[in-house]
Amino acid sequence: MINITYVSADGETRTVTGEDGSTVMRVALDKGVPGIVAECGGSAMCATCHVYVDPAWIDLLSPVNETEDAMLDSAGAERRANSRLSCQLPVTVALDGLIVHVPATQG
Amino acid sequence: MAERVLILGGGQAGLQTAVSLRERGFAGAITLLGDEPFVPYQRPPLSKDYLVNGARFETLRLRPESFFAEAGIDLLTGRRAMEIDREGKNLRLEDGTALPYDRLVLATGTRNRGLPVPGANLAGVLSLKGAADADALRQALANAQRAVIIGAGFIGLEISAHCRSLGIETTIIEANNRAAARAVSPETSTLLLANQAAMGVEVIFGASVAGILGGAGGAAGVLLADGRRLAADVVLVCIGVLPNDDIAASAGLAVANGVIVNSRLRTTDPDIFAIGDCAIFHCVNYGGEVRLESVPNAIEQGKHVAAVITGDERDYAAMPWFWSDQGKLKLQMVGPTQIADTRVVVGDGAASTIFCFADERFIGVECINRPADFVKARRLLGAGASLSRQHLEAVGYDLKAAA
Repeated sequence: MINITYVSADGETRTVTGEDGSTVMRVALDKGVPGIVAECGGSAMCATCHVYVDPAWIDLLSPVNETEDAMLDSAGAERRANSRLSCQLPVTVALDGLIVHVPATQG
Repeated sequence: MAERVLILGGGQAGLQTAVSLRERGFAGAITLLGDEPFVPYQRPPLSKDYLVNGARFETLRLRPESFFAEAGIDLLTGRRAMEIDREGKNLRLEDGTALPYDRLVLATGTRNRGLPVPGANLAGVLSLKGAADADALRQALANAQRAVIIGAGFIGLEISAHCRSLGIETTIIEANNRAAARAVSPETSTLLLANQAAMGVEVIFGASVAGILGGAGGAAGVLLADGRRLAADVVLVCIGVLPNDDIAASAGLAVANGVIVNSRLRTTDPDIFAIGDCAIFHCVNYGGEVRLESVPNAIEQGKHVAAVITGDERDYAAMPWFWSDQGKLKLQMVGPTQIADTRVVVGDGAASTIFCFADERFIGVECINRPADFVKARRLLGAGASLSRQHLEAVGYDLKAAA
């Protein structure tokens, strides 16, 4: 079981477990973590699953592809260096302990 | 306030209604009833990633099984509804059960149009609606050399891309004179066709099917009305859908190409609502009656009906949007682009945005591999921005500068 911590904009912290092969977005939806809207169901089409990845983890993630890059420019909350679409973040054993910050808005 | 909400239809719209009711603090009973033997799941992947070998159903589920009990949502799967007793306010199921309701939400979706030609029932003639169909299609394609797809709509165009990725010789037959004619502009049809051609798919327009030809193992080919014969191991019929409004019609609710609802998504019975693919409503963005077959519409209407049921009576006005993945081509569209009287194409064939205008007013975009334009347009239109074509022209069709 892979632990993922979601920190909401108001500071509330939730640590939940996800399965290898899922995505950070899907785990949030499955476990009722608020603030990740995921309108398009994970197709990198809506930019409403935006998260800020904790600096300690950002370099361990698979790189941003062109589509995600374009979508991130249009996310509701401001884009930062550690912005990612959580639907493009596969959950793997290597990410056990991952921390992401959920923005105050998804637009 | 209502005590019991009964949702008929375990798809995207029905699931969203249940989720949104709880999110809005509805504390009464919620029953979500579907005729498929599965937890509510997403359909878009069925014509895309789910067809790939090794795909697992678990990845499609909209919520885990545990979600429903935890949220106090009574999920009934594999149960079919037969009749709405409006006076008694209950729904009679095929097994004789009568489920009472204070509010009933019809989210019954659509069913595929059949192809009424000889041979349509042969083995190897397939259509796609649910997960079981996708499993059968995946299996059939694993052994296929040649596929004929009937219908160049979104389903046909997406599945042909998958067929080509498997090296299957693929032909699409389309009765209309362009691809996805009901949904996109001629300019986008041209780009969608170019993408199919680049993948090696032959698309025959203005053609209709006279029959499916049989061989030893089932379907062996397609006979066109003009006499041409196309060999095929697999024939996929994707020629559109019909709304499942029969149960509403039998109960005396107004239907016409779907269950007729007002701006609050209410049917002609104040305690019965209809949403998603099965509902026809007056869309302010179209300026007319529409029935939208899309995931975004199902989600937005599920949210809206939950709002209305919990006392937030407001008109439904969500801006329609849609997406389709066809091999390397990503189509994203927002706005009632079908009513445009003028279009301006920006970009080259690989990445283009078709800006759509009606009465010199910007009404939407159809974007091919230009997600940034899609998201910006969606935000602008969603915020009610009113932009003139002259203004957009003046800023060189740069949506960032236009706002």
